[in-house]
Amino acid sequence: MDLNKRYTPQTWPDHPETATLEGKNKFVGFWLLLAAETVTFASLFATYLALKDKGPSGMEFSASGLFELPLVFAMTMILLTSSLTSVYAMYHMKNHNFKAMQAWLGITVLLGLAFLGLEIYEFNHYVHLGFGFTNSAFSSAFYVLVGTHGAHVVFGLSWFIALMLRNAKRGLNMYNAPKFYLAALYWHFIDVVWVFIFTVVYLMGVIG
Amino acid sequence: MSSNSQKKGFGATIWDYLTTVDHKKIAILYLISGGFFFLVGGVEAMMIRIQLMKAGNDFLSAGTYNEVLTMHGTTMIFLAAMPILLAFMNAVSPLQIGARDVAFPFLNSLGFWLFFFGGIFLNLSWFLGGAPDAGWTNYASLALASEGHGIDFYSLGLTISGFGTLIAGINFLVTIINMRAPGMTYMRMPLFTWTTFVASALILLAFPPLTVGIFFMVFDRLFGANFFDVTMGGNTIIWEHFFWIFGHPEVYILILPAFGIFSEIFAIFSRKRLFGYTALVFATILIGFYGFMVWAHHMFTVGLGPTANAVFALATMIIAVPTGIKIFNWLLTIWGGNISFTVPMIYAVAFIPSFVAGGVTGVMQAIAPLDYQLHDSYFIVAHFHYVIVGGVVLAILAGTHLYWPKMFGTMLSEKLGKWTFWFFFIGFHLTFFIQHFLGLMGMPRRVYTFGADQGWDLFNAISSAGALLMAIGILILLVNVVMTVMKGERVGNDPWGDGRTLEWAIPSPPPFYNFAQTPLVRGLDPYWIEKMEGNKEGMVYAEPLGDIHMPNGSFIPFVISLGMFIAAFGAMYHTDGHAWALPVLIGGLAITFGSMLVRSLKDDLGFHVTKEELIADNERIQREARALEGGKKGGLK
Repeated sequence: MDLNKRYTPQTWPDHPETATLEGKNKFVGFWLLLAAETVTFASLFATYLALKDKGPSGMEFSASGLFELPLVFAMTMILLTSSLTSVYAMYHMKNHNFKAMQAWLGITVLLGLAFLGLEIYEFNHYVHLGFGFTNSAFSSAFYVLVGTHGAHVVFGLSWFIALMLRNAKRGLNMYNAPKFYLAALYWHFIDVVWVFIFTVVYLMGVIG
Repeated sequence: MSSNSQKKGFGATIWDYLTTVDHKKIAILYLISGGFFFLVGGVEAMMIRIQLMKAGNDFLSAGTYNEVLTMHGTTMIFLAAMPILLAFMNAVSPLQIGARDVAFPFLNSLGFWLFFFGGIFLNLSWFLGGAPDAGWTNYASLALASEGHGIDFYSLGLTISGFGTLIAGINFLVTIINMRAPGMTYMRMPLFTWTTFVASALILLAFPPLTVGIFFMVFDRLFGANFFDVTMGGNTIIWEHFFWIFGHPEVYILILPAFGIFSEIFAIFSRKRLFGYTALVFATILIGFYGFMVWAHHMFTVGLGPTANAVFALATMIIAVPTGIKIFNWLLTIWGGNISFTVPMIYAVAFIPSFVAGGVTGVMQAIAPLDYQLHDSYFIVAHFHYVIVGGVVLAILAGTHLYWPKMFGTMLSEKLGKWTFWFFFIGFHLTFFIQHFLGLMGMPRRVYTFGADQGWDLFNAISSAGALLMAIGILILLVNVVMTVMKGERVGNDPWGDGRTLEWAIPSPPPFYNFAQTPLVRGLDPYWIEKMEGNKEGMVYAEPLGDIHMPNGSFIPFVISLGMFIAAFGAMYHTDGHAWALPVLIGGLAITFGSMLVRSLKDDLGFHVTKEELIADNERIQREARALEGGKKGGLK
């Protein structure tokens, strides 16, 4: 592959992410990885539902008493918006508009960082209430489910940042276009998982 | 990376294998390390049989027996059977579809090194304070109570090697989806490639639940979580569910590639197209599909209730249908064929009755009320050894003979191979057939000894004698391997003379770029078609000769895996209050993620083999082929 080949929006293919065999392989392979990730999160959700509100006798914590929706709702909105901004970034990637893509990715990263900050604040709040990782089966299942999602957010943000910095000087080519595309796909997956966490953990938790 | 005719120094060869991304070399790595662990697991099996050879034996203490038994099962499943099958998948399936390499050569290497370091980590437990001792199923209520670090070696070792297996699974799926040669439609794929495909899909969906379950175990034992601790609201059955949601598909991950190897063998050595190819393909897919719906038949006695037990019992019985379809198709492939009883074919023919016996006892256990009687008895031990040894291990031995020439360019001795077969086959039935009756007589599995008044002496002694015969068979195989390597007699493209699929159309071993030109596939058994039409060139090609793009070798997969290996020690010893443990954990992870970052930031565009180099290399191959022909004629005089 020739990295020095210059593209214009006219010569840039409609689907740069699958225009090469390497791109096609990455595309299919990444969807399969997401299948494995789906099974992983399904297992974590199942465990959470089995262990929800379970603890040593006399445990003071329960999902309905612990969770409060306003903060989590804000986090949900932030993450959903970041998914939208990453769509804008990919729109510009497909139109070979590198600067606009970088700008929208930058906004995506900022929103992701805001989400992460709020999640750390939330965890910190629970720990101060005494609801630590080792408190009960309920707390272990909660922190592992939501924490695994949080770790995915950290990885996704690191991936975006690494790609943006690495390619800042040289722009888009057929070698890095699939990478940007897959990072965005990963970000959508993280967002979808959060929708389920918001529903299963927080909404169903508050209802009781 | 230049043509493989150049002689290299020892150090350069080692470095070559440490950094290789070539699927054929990775296959050799898998075969050697899987074979090594197979021997380790075999020694453990012999220790078990020596201990049980007579009543009240004291060869092993009760505690050591538990460790040996746990490590035997874990090693054989995760570190021997699967890697050796992955060796054949790597060596053969990219060639069978006419691909240049797998889809992700770098990840292929990473998958191997993760498996390798995971296996080493697990086995280091023998030297660092004791091996895991809660059985290969590692049930949580038992595992949480186990002292020392044995269980942690199990959890962390299997996590690392499990990542490797998952990566390998994704790799084969993408390779088969995207990289088939022109004309190689799904319904023209050889059966071994099909079974690789379905087994990889099972790996993709079955390993994450195991990883999740093991993570819970790690968190519970090392970081104070409470997933399985009933006093803290946990639930120990969660482990059993996750283990078997993984564990049952795992059985099919092992047996499907074994079916694939036997399908190839039946067709080659009956000199017939596979009977019922389409039915065999759909039976493979169905087995994969049902494999996910039967896990609770391992848990009939847990108390899930009559409804759950009935559903899982029925689902289990249904699996016998596609498996039966396969058995009959193989029989009808042999029927009326022009059969040659080579070593692989003997194994294949012996496999059918052996595996059917294991399958029949499996259906017996699917009857939930009967399972209450059989559960945790030696009947179960006999059953799963009949399917695993009678199916998977026979396939591994057959595959070793069948594909040895393609992987190494030399031929294992048929004569010694037959000796191995007879010792192993007789020993196998002698060891395990009688265990059915031991189970029915009430002998529980996993006991380290029994009393002289229980009437189990004779049958156990017979069983141990059978194990000795199997060990002799394997030793003869080792002698065979050493002698073949020493002799080094080269063979041509199609050493069995009746190869049907693409891997037999190119030199043994193939050049590092596989096919110089991508072949054009004109039907099922493409190489056979060309042979029947008198094509002397080997194949028809889909493209003119041109430059070939190849990936660079890389040392990074080794470093990524090494980082996780180091981190695992940190995670494990941090519970003992060592000050160095946490830095080691963080440092190991830093190595892993740091080298991933390097991989991500550094452009790695590969290199090209030019048309001129290909022409020169082809001339060398032709020269060697002519020399081989001449040598053969000379030998006949």
